[in-house]
Amino acid sequence: MSTAELATPSPALPFWVMPVLKTVAVMGVIAAVIVVLVTSGIAPKGSWGHKILAAPFIEMREMPDLLVQTLWEGVVAGILYALIALGFVLIFKASGVFNFAQGIMVVFAALTLVGLYDTFARYGFSGTLAAYVALALTLGVMLMLAVSVERFVLRPLVNQPDIILFMATFGLARLLIGVGETIFGGSSKIMISDQLGLPKGAIDLAILGGRVTLQKIDIAAAVIATLMIIALAVFFQKTRIGRALRAVADSHKAALSVGISLNQIWIIVWFAAGVVALVTGIMWGARSDVSFGLETIALKALPVLILGGFTSVPGAIIGGLIIGVGEKLGEFYWGPLLGGAIETWLAYVIALGFLVFRPQGLFGDKIIERI
Amino acid sequence: MSDILLSVDNVSLRFGGVRAISDVSFDVRKGEIRAIIGPNGAGKTSMLNCINGFYHPQEGSITFKGVKRPRVKPHEAAVGGIARTFQNVALFKGMTTLDNIMVGRTLKMHKSFFWHLFRHGPAMTEEIEHRKYVEEIIDFLEIEAIRKVPVGKLPYGLQKRVELGRALAMQPDLLLLDEPMAGMNLEEKEDMCRFIIDVNKQYGTTIALIEHDMGVVMDLSDRVVVLEYGRKIADGIPEVVKADQNVIDAYLGVAH
Amino acid sequence: MFYREAGQFKTDYAADMAVFPIRQDRIGIALILLMAFVGIPMFASDFILNSVMIPFLVFSLAAIGLNILTGYTGLISLGTGAFMGVGAYACYKMTTIFPGLNIIVCILLSGFFAAAVGALFGLPSLRIKGFYLAVATLAAQFFLQWCFVRIPWLYNYNQSGAIEVAQREVFGVIITGARATPEVRYYVLLSIVVLLTWIASNIIHGRFGRMWMAVRDMDIAAELMGIRMLPAKLLSFAVSSYYCGVAGACMMFLWYGGGEANDAFSINQSFNVLFMVIIGGLGSLIGAFFGAAFISGFPTFLKFGVPALGIPLGGATAEHVTQIVVGGLIIFFLIVEPHGLARLWQIGKQKLRTWPFPY
Repeated sequence: MSTAELATPSPALPFWVMPVLKTVAVMGVIAAVIVVLVTSGIAPKGSWGHKILAAPFIEMREMPDLLVQTLWEGVVAGILYALIALGFVLIFKASGVFNFAQGIMVVFAALTLVGLYDTFARYGFSGTLAAYVALALTLGVMLMLAVSVERFVLRPLVNQPDIILFMATFGLARLLIGVGETIFGGSSKIMISDQLGLPKGAIDLAILGGRVTLQKIDIAAAVIATLMIIALAVFFQKTRIGRALRAVADSHKAALSVGISLNQIWIIVWFAAGVVALVTGIMWGARSDVSFGLETIALKALPVLILGGFTSVPGAIIGGLIIGVGEKLGEFYWGPLLGGAIETWLAYVIALGFLVFRPQGLFGDKIIERI
Repeated sequence: MSDILLSVDNVSLRFGGVRAISDVSFDVRKGEIRAIIGPNGAGKTSMLNCINGFYHPQEGSITFKGVKRPRVKPHEAAVGGIARTFQNVALFKGMTTLDNIMVGRTLKMHKSFFWHLFRHGPAMTEEIEHRKYVEEIIDFLEIEAIRKVPVGKLPYGLQKRVELGRALAMQPDLLLLDEPMAGMNLEEKEDMCRFIIDVNKQYGTTIALIEHDMGVVMDLSDRVVVLEYGRKIADGIPEVVKADQNVIDAYLGVAH
Repeated sequence: MFYREAGQFKTDYAADMAVFPIRQDRIGIALILLMAFVGIPMFASDFILNSVMIPFLVFSLAAIGLNILTGYTGLISLGTGAFMGVGAYACYKMTTIFPGLNIIVCILLSGFFAAAVGALFGLPSLRIKGFYLAVATLAAQFFLQWCFVRIPWLYNYNQSGAIEVAQREVFGVIITGARATPEVRYYVLLSIVVLLTWIASNIIHGRFGRMWMAVRDMDIAAELMGIRMLPAKLLSFAVSSYYCGVAGACMMFLWYGGGEANDAFSINQSFNVLFMVIIGGLGSLIGAFFGAAFISGFPTFLKFGVPALGIPLGGATAEHVTQIVVGGLIIFFLIVEPHGLARLWQIGKQKLRTWPFPY
């Protein structure tokens, strides 16, 4: 196969530089327009223009402690979305499957943990030791889940178009909901945060003329999430299995030809996603409670993936942060204008906006169709 | 002297840093069979894609029926009278042969959506009228027996024939064929050659085809243009091109 | 032996292109219609009408709608529940703004509002494909659901936020409202479904059906044949949403008799209808009916049929078992027969052609 000559040498910038620059440029233009509108007095107080484009920013400036509080909550939510998205990315990177059931795996993992602990407690076995035993057993359950999914869902569908696999994960999600509800019942449970040693309470910071309250569990969540992301990054880059995963993500055939077992890799990946799901479930559950309502929250990971791309770990994080912060800021400062509760759809509309301008997301590769 | 139907002038096409086509010019006369040949990666399919409006060349222009078209969309090319078959058969796998070819008639069918709500009546009349034309094509290509078979189930050679039928259904002025005989055995190739010649003589369709089989090219085409690494290296009647040293070197792989 | 085509010759294209070219099929359809219009009302109890037939018909309509979009055009949509809701609220507003307007006309007109909304949310489909489109339709689903609750004008500022179904008559027969009998509601619904199914069949078998299938199978080639993507996709969204909208209006006015929109038009409903379309068979009208029958009928069967057989099965457990079975069946069908029950039906007919011989 001959290689065509290169007319111009390709630039040596990392792939994320141009998209980020473009986004910053667009945001800068929007910010400039807003500043002009506010300072020039074109939009008088009380008018709609003022309410949408000026008042929220004025409020932000006048009460910076509230702004920081909102930003912090956005960051925490963003990290947790990013964790769910990470589970998606792991599976997609290695098997090309868009695992719609990732959200339900989060709930399932959390429910299993709490369910096991409650069973232990009923027999008198409680406390931190019981909690960690339950944790270990839950990891075992997630492993079994990974093996079953690989055996009964992935392997039979290995050559089908992506859309079929996608829909199969819908079925998987529904199946897991049914199993979860049958075994654990449909009522909300309380996460065993105390027994696991997770911190409680809050830290109050008197800054910026006001007060910002940081829940300790949120800080713990951010720290644990960051550690996990670093661990995953190291795992991918440095270990043998990590290398094998990257090989499989690039080309199944090539990986097979060097002796990498596809089935083993898929089990490992689904298990890793299961671990991520468990950690996410623990964190989310500790902040609110454990119920199937988490599923709807988990769906928010989809806009995160759209922003960050389906195969990029840093993309999932950045996407998660953008969505988390964007959502919280939008709800707090602009939500009241529309009647509140815009959090239910704002993330999707943000993602939709991005998609219209960049169909491959922020970090995805431009899709060049070949016929 | 027959007039020129399609004229490609100094066209260049790039994908990022990769040059697919560099400064290529040639023309296609009305009613002729023009072959585009060259080793793999020469840019032949990309050339057809440009004519179709699927890729847009960064430089140069394409003139069709006397009208210069800087950036044309695929469906505009179709409306203009260009039809196409593909290297990897691009049939609609979920539909039958008949339905696939009927899709080719889409541009000629005008009865609005409203009439289709009722089917019986003006919509049906139009369907039957176009069905008659499609049946003529089916007779011509001798595929009556597989009318109602879903094309996914057909062997490769028949699929290619159905694709030809679909392109013919558009009653095109210019028919672009991308390796119509790839993967066929001798008998199938002879059949396909016969069909292509018949299309040219009976319907008067101008044909531009990409083909690797030199024997076919020599027999079928009126004129040949040769591409290599995105550049044109020869252009003329088959006998002249066959004897051209550059062409021989290109196919034998002599570096230059 | 019964299903032989031998001896049935088509002498013109019209006969060849008929929707039911085989005489036995025509007889079959006639029998089914006879049973639907005469047999069921005569023999079925109110309970069967209310809990089995009416839900089945409503969901069939929604499944036809989603099948047009996802099965025939290949555009995945997770917004079905919301589009059904648009139809329901449109119908509600029409009954309050035009109290004199015939309720059946209201129901049929409400679909057009859903169609407009559907086309609007279908605009991104030109640039966005596959999974991404699914997420874009999620935006529609959640945004519209938010609208149903937060725009008081939609529910006429009433206290409960629910759709209120007033009593309406046609030719003196009470059709909607608390005093409408199951038989009457069933007949109205059946007539609507039969009419709309006939229309859907007409569209699908003509050039628009082929156009959509071309977009699904290979949109690049379709474009190179002169099919413009945006009008084709928007039309698909519009027609599909029309059917979902009418289904939603029927759901509220002929089945539920009014009520809270939250559960009826939620994301779960979107998934329900999607599962119907997958299990029934993507790209098949009869599949829409099979899928609707299965998904709407199975829980009822579990809840009432199984205990009737003597096996104790609680209501909640029945729900969960349904979910497990449905989830499992989705995976099963996608592995074994992606064209769902409709293909199994076709295979059955094929075997029947040669019965009692094996081939």
